[in-house]
Amino acid sequence: MDSPAARAIASPVPRGAPRAAGASARARRPVDAVMAEARAASFTKRSIKGEMKKSGLLRAISMLDLTTLEGRDSEEKVRALCRKAAQPDPTLALPDGRPIPSVAAVCVYPTLVAVARAALAGSSVRVASVASGFPSGQYPLDVRLRDVEEAVAAGADEIDMVISRGAFLAGRLEAVAEEIRAVRRACGPAHLKIILETGELETLDNVRRASDLAIEAASSVPGLPPPGDGDVFIKTSTGKVQPAATMPVTLVMLEAIRDHFSASGVRIGMKPAGGIRTAKSALHYMVMVKETLGDEWLSPHLFRFGASTLLNDLLRQIRWAWTGRYAAASDLSEG
Amino acid sequence: MTTKADHADRSPIGAAGRGAGPSQRRARPSRARHTSGDRPPGAAPLTADAPAAAAAHATASWDFAPAPESFRPAIAPRCDLFIGGRSVAARDGRRFATINPATEETLSEVAEGGAADVDAAVAAARRALPRWARLKPVERAKYLFRIARRIQERARELAVLETVDGGKPIKESRDVDVPLAAQHFFYHAGWCDKLRFVAPGRGGGDPEPVGVCGQVIPWNFPLLMAAWKLAPALACGNTCVLKPAETTPLTALRLAEILEEIELPPGVVNIVTGGPETGRALVEHPDVDKIAFTGSTEVGRRIAAACARDGRRLTLELGGKGANIVFADAALDQAVEGIVAGIWFNQGHVCCAGSRLLVEESIAADVIGRLEHRMRSLRVGDPMDKNTDVGAINSKAQLATIHRYLDAGEREGAVRHDPCPSAVPERGFFVRPCFFTGVQPSHTIAREEIFGPVLAVMTFRTPEEAIARANASPYGLSAGVWTDKGAKAFELARHLEAGVIWCNSFNRFDPAAPFGGYKESGFGREGGVAGLRSYLRA
Repeated sequence: MDSPAARAIASPVPRGAPRAAGASARARRPVDAVMAEARAASFTKRSIKGEMKKSGLLRAISMLDLTTLEGRDSEEKVRALCRKAAQPDPTLALPDGRPIPSVAAVCVYPTLVAVARAALAGSSVRVASVASGFPSGQYPLDVRLRDVEEAVAAGADEIDMVISRGAFLAGRLEAVAEEIRAVRRACGPAHLKIILETGELETLDNVRRASDLAIEAASSVPGLPPPGDGDVFIKTSTGKVQPAATMPVTLVMLEAIRDHFSASGVRIGMKPAGGIRTAKSALHYMVMVKETLGDEWLSPHLFRFGASTLLNDLLRQIRWAWTGRYAAASDLSEG
Repeated sequence: MTTKADHADRSPIGAAGRGAGPSQRRARPSRARHTSGDRPPGAAPLTADAPAAAAAHATASWDFAPAPESFRPAIAPRCDLFIGGRSVAARDGRRFATINPATEETLSEVAEGGAADVDAAVAAARRALPRWARLKPVERAKYLFRIARRIQERARELAVLETVDGGKPIKESRDVDVPLAAQHFFYHAGWCDKLRFVAPGRGGGDPEPVGVCGQVIPWNFPLLMAAWKLAPALACGNTCVLKPAETTPLTALRLAEILEEIELPPGVVNIVTGGPETGRALVEHPDVDKIAFTGSTEVGRRIAAACARDGRRLTLELGGKGANIVFADAALDQAVEGIVAGIWFNQGHVCCAGSRLLVEESIAADVIGRLEHRMRSLRVGDPMDKNTDVGAINSKAQLATIHRYLDAGEREGAVRHDPCPSAVPERGFFVRPCFFTGVQPSHTIAREEIFGPVLAVMTFRTPEEAIARANASPYGLSAGVWTDKGAKAFELARHLEAGVIWCNSFNRFDPAAPFGGYKESGFGREGGVAGLRSYLRA
């Protein structure tokens, strides 16, 4: 309990205490699954051709959080991933001279942050770390906050936290809000991505409610200014629970972001993670962002894909789009 | 009620386009984090990293590239009538041109059936009737099943023809019209040998068909309406004379090819193309046992008068002015999708369109803001582009009608909202989707069917007022109710005078669901068990 952030919230909110300011924004905004799913499916009917496809594939790489979150992750594997993150395909030169961008960030466990930090020195690729008791969040809050603080101290630029789904599903929304505020405080200068683990929330109503709750909590931390554009993301999944990111879930979260922008003028970021494995699927997500929030959100500053195998499919499709030839599996490095 | 300016800068898409969102009004803390000082000392910098490239990707807009459907099925320069299983020219040799409303180019010169041709078609249907009616029901089912399969096999060709002839987006022809048309034949194939459970005939056996059916269909869903009419009639053992709309005859004639391919007995289905005179000859023909008409209320009235003289059976599916009712407790983003699907689907050329939006006053500004935002991503233009959401208006005459209503709306004092940014092509018949606020129930655009992409927005305060406003229309075809409360939805459905009521959805169709109207929207049902009854002798 040494962490200052943990001390700040050491005393639980007594029952019957007046609710925190802004709780009115937590009014339930219902989601109707039938039409939400129909709308999400409509983005997969968009035809992405020609220059839109080419620039979309390159842009998808620039918005990627290249991720490895395995128990068997080694320092060597993280170093290889970092090199690939900075230079996704050094052997490929596009005929029109366009450079292949670096990915946005490498996402690892806290113990590997320092390795990634050193491997990425001199590059624009950021280091993201899962923290706060990833993936379940089933740890005492002070342990989770120390997890965050150590990841930041080791050089993480971005923290991907998990919320307590147990508390959320039990209706203890204020407890969830408090833990989000505490984590954001513990992040210091690091950006915060709040993982809702939508696969465990199950209904779109819950997804919307958790999105509103997370955005509102991260925007109302006592003693901190409200977040600026892209300082806070909401993220679908840890990748450890099925289903991970789906288009209807992501749509509902984008709608929460849009409503927050309409009310406050602040641009919250979005990160679907897990289950996006193909370039085609990534482009469909990007169309959804384009039509729900606008092209402005299609930037690493405001949108990320959390994925590991997606990068190789993007590179494969880039080769195809520019040269008309597919790469063999052996042409692409693993990861 | 709000005005356009109220919401313009609240939209992320709009703000992005102008680069001046609300965020510029507030101070933000600096977020510069990646300075070289952040790097661990001694770490060797990586080369070939491309931050400049990343920045370029991040700032550029990401626009749709043209995505035209490339398949162009051949269209004969001259198309003929389909009578007695054969293609025949009109007796007096008359023809009319059918054009592509997106380019105004002539696609084909189509035979214009006169009274003599209608007479020949009715006679062919009469001759084919006894054998078709007595055919074993399972055998009839096989024909219907084969039609459905063949429609699926030729789906792409039919979808393209529907789009070039009628102007609807290829996305809709491909994903709605053609699959649903096939579905209607599949569904009714299953009914052929079970009709005694719908309307038991003598001794509980199979019921008798009505006889020769004259069917007149509109231009908004040419192939789908042909399927709606033909499938139940054929399943019940009737023979048919179908008159497609003047501006959209091509898919019905392609369906005739399919009927030949699957060897449907000659005369069971006859297709006579032409204009209003052709239709009149058919509905007034003395040897037709039943008329089924889908189209305008004005024409429906004349047909009803003609049929009243000799007591022939008649079903009418006419105009509508559907009320889409949005309560404050509804899922608003999904309601907005329903509003879009309700009025801008098929350019608003939908008899059951949700052309009146009734929104609870407390959320009116919110809903209108969301609607304007959503409209900014609607794409108007070339119907053959796979990303087009709103295609061409079906004909020059219909475009003129829509413009008359737009003028009337503004003249009578309503406020037009036109936030869709798509440029409209110079050639062809196009109009941008729009909606009006400040609409009074007495305004022309709130009372009359426009049959175009024009929505009239009004407000209400209580469920009772919503019901009263929704029912204050001579029409009664469709309605939509958007609420998160099940009991409220059922209570409204009990009081709304509409043949089809959608709850938390709109413009969804299924062959098993009966479709039809109240009041001046017609009578009789199509689809489901109710739809079969009108093709059977009880």
